[in-house]
Amino acid sequence: MPIATRALAALAAAAALALPFSVQAAPDDRPVRVWAAACAACHGTDGHAQAGMTSLAGRNADELYTLLIEFKRDVRPATVMHQHAKGYTDEELQRLAQWFAAQAKR
Amino acid sequence: MSTIDRRGFIRSAGGLALALGAGVGVGACATPVGRAAPGRVVVIGGGFGGATAAKYLKKWEPRLEVTLVERNQNFVSCPISNLVLAGVKRIEDITLAYDGLARYGVRLVRDEAVAIDVDKREVRLAKGDPLPWDRLVVAPGIDFLYEQIPGLNNADARQQVLHAWKAGAQTVALRKRLEELPDGGVFAISIPKAPYRCPPGPYERASVVAHYFKQHKPRSKVLILDGNPEITSKKALFLQAWEERYKGIIEYRPDSVLQDFDVRANVGKFEFESVRAELFNVIPPQRSGLIASPFANVGGRWAGVDFRSFESTAVPGVHLIGDAIATAPGMPKSGFMANNHAKVAADAVIASLTGLEPNPTPIIANTCYSFVSDRDVVHVASIHKFDTQENTLLPVKGAGGLSAVANDLEGKYALAWARNIWADALT
Repeated sequence: MPIATRALAALAAAAALALPFSVQAAPDDRPVRVWAAACAACHGTDGHAQAGMTSLAGRNADELYTLLIEFKRDVRPATVMHQHAKGYTDEELQRLAQWFAAQAKR
Repeated sequence: MSTIDRRGFIRSAGGLALALGAGVGVGACATPVGRAAPGRVVVIGGGFGGATAAKYLKKWEPRLEVTLVERNQNFVSCPISNLVLAGVKRIEDITLAYDGLARYGVRLVRDEAVAIDVDKREVRLAKGDPLPWDRLVVAPGIDFLYEQIPGLNNADARQQVLHAWKAGAQTVALRKRLEELPDGGVFAISIPKAPYRCPPGPYERASVVAHYFKQHKPRSKVLILDGNPEITSKKALFLQAWEERYKGIIEYRPDSVLQDFDVRANVGKFEFESVRAELFNVIPPQRSGLIASPFANVGGRWAGVDFRSFESTAVPGVHLIGDAIATAPGMPKSGFMANNHAKVAADAVIASLTGLEPNPTPIIANTCYSFVSDRDVVHVASIHKFDTQENTLLPVKGAGGLSAVANDLEGKYALAWARNIWADALT
C-alpha cells in the first residue's frame, strides 16, 4: 500500500476511534451476539480462545475496534483478518468490539 | 460516512438493543423460572452443525428442553481427517467426546433417528421412544447417491471401495490401504460433481497423500478424476502447490464423472475412458442425509431454508443446518458454515419459542483451511450477509479472499482453528 494511502487509512482509523463508546447495551445486543458467535469458530466461545488463537473476551473495546479497523483498512498485516474485517461496516465492527469487551475474562 | 451519521446510527442501535432487552424481560415474565419450559427442541445429528446448535440453544436460553440425537459414540472431525490419511495425525487426534454438552444441560440420546412425523411433531428412534418437539433442528449431514454408480450400489462393494468422506472407520481403513500400497501403485480419487461436502477437501486429500508418497513411496502417483470441469476451490493455489511440490506425482483430469465401477478389476468407468488403479477412493455424489427427505425440496436432494432462521421452506417449525441445506450463493458446505448456521438457527428457535422477533440481519463467515503438505496451508474466506432484496445470504463484495501462497503460519492457524471450533461445538 502506498504511504499516502496508509497514512490516510491510519487517519481514518484514528477518526473512527474518536467516536464515543457511550452505548452500554452491548451485552444485551442480541443480533450482535449472533454475529459475534461467528467469530467463535476461531476465537472460541464468547471470545475465549483455545491455545494458538487470540482471545477477544474482556479486552478493551477501543483496542479491539482499532485492530479491526486497521485490518479492514489494510494498515495491519494479517493472514485472514483483513479479509473478514472488510465484510462488516465500521458500525458493525464497533458493536462487535463492544460486545467482546463486555464478556468476562477467564 | 460522516461522524454525525455514525453517532445517529449508534444511538439508534442503542435504542434497538434496549428494546430487545425489554423484549427479553417480557419473555421472562411470561414464563417465569420454575414454570414449564418455553419449549422442547430436538436436534438430530451431533456434527459441526447439530452439536453447536444444541449447545447454543441451552447456552442462550437455559429454560429450553434440548435433546440431541446422535447415533455415533464420538464426534470424529472431517476437517483434519486428511492428515490422518497422510499419517501426520492419528484418528485419536480428531475424535472427541460428547460429554461436554451435559454441562449446558443438553440431553444426549444415543440412538438413531429413523423417521420424522411432521404432523405429530415427533422424531421416531431406532431403539427408544419417540421424541416430541415444539421446534426441530435437523443436521444430518450428507448421504451418498450410490445408485448413480451401479457397481458400487451394494454393501460388499462399498466395503471394498472406500469414500472416507465421513471421518471415522473409513478414514482409518483408507490410511491402512495407503500404507499397504506398494511403491509405484496409483491412488485414484474420484470427485463428484458439485455441490458436495467440503469443496477443497478432495484437492487437499490429493496434496497430502502426494506428500506422503514423496516421503515414503516416491514411485507412486495420485490421479485425480474430477467430475467437475475444473478445480472447484482454491484452484490457483492448489495448482501452484502441485507444480512446486508434486510435479510428476499428481495428475489431474477434469470432466471425469464416474459412471460405473468394476469392483473385481478395480476399474472406474468414465464417459470416455476406463481407469484402473491399485487403490481407488470414490467420493460419491451426495444429497442431504436421508432423514431430511421430507424437507429436501431443492432438486430432490437438498433442503431449502429461509436464511434468516434456517427454517425449512417445506415444513414450518423445522430448521435445517449444515451440509444438508441448499446453500446460498457462494456458500460452501463446510463445518465452519454448519457451525455458523447453527447459531443463527438457535437464535431463531429461541425467538420463536419466547415471543421475540427474529434477527433480521444475520451475518455469518467462513474460513476453509486446506493443507497442501504436512504443515503448509492455504485458505479461502468469505462473509455472508442477509440481503433483503435477494432474500438470501450473499457474500459481501470486496471482503473475503484467499491466501497469497501456501505457508506454515496458516498451518498453525488451521490446527488452532480446529481446536477452537471443536471446543465451540462440544464444550
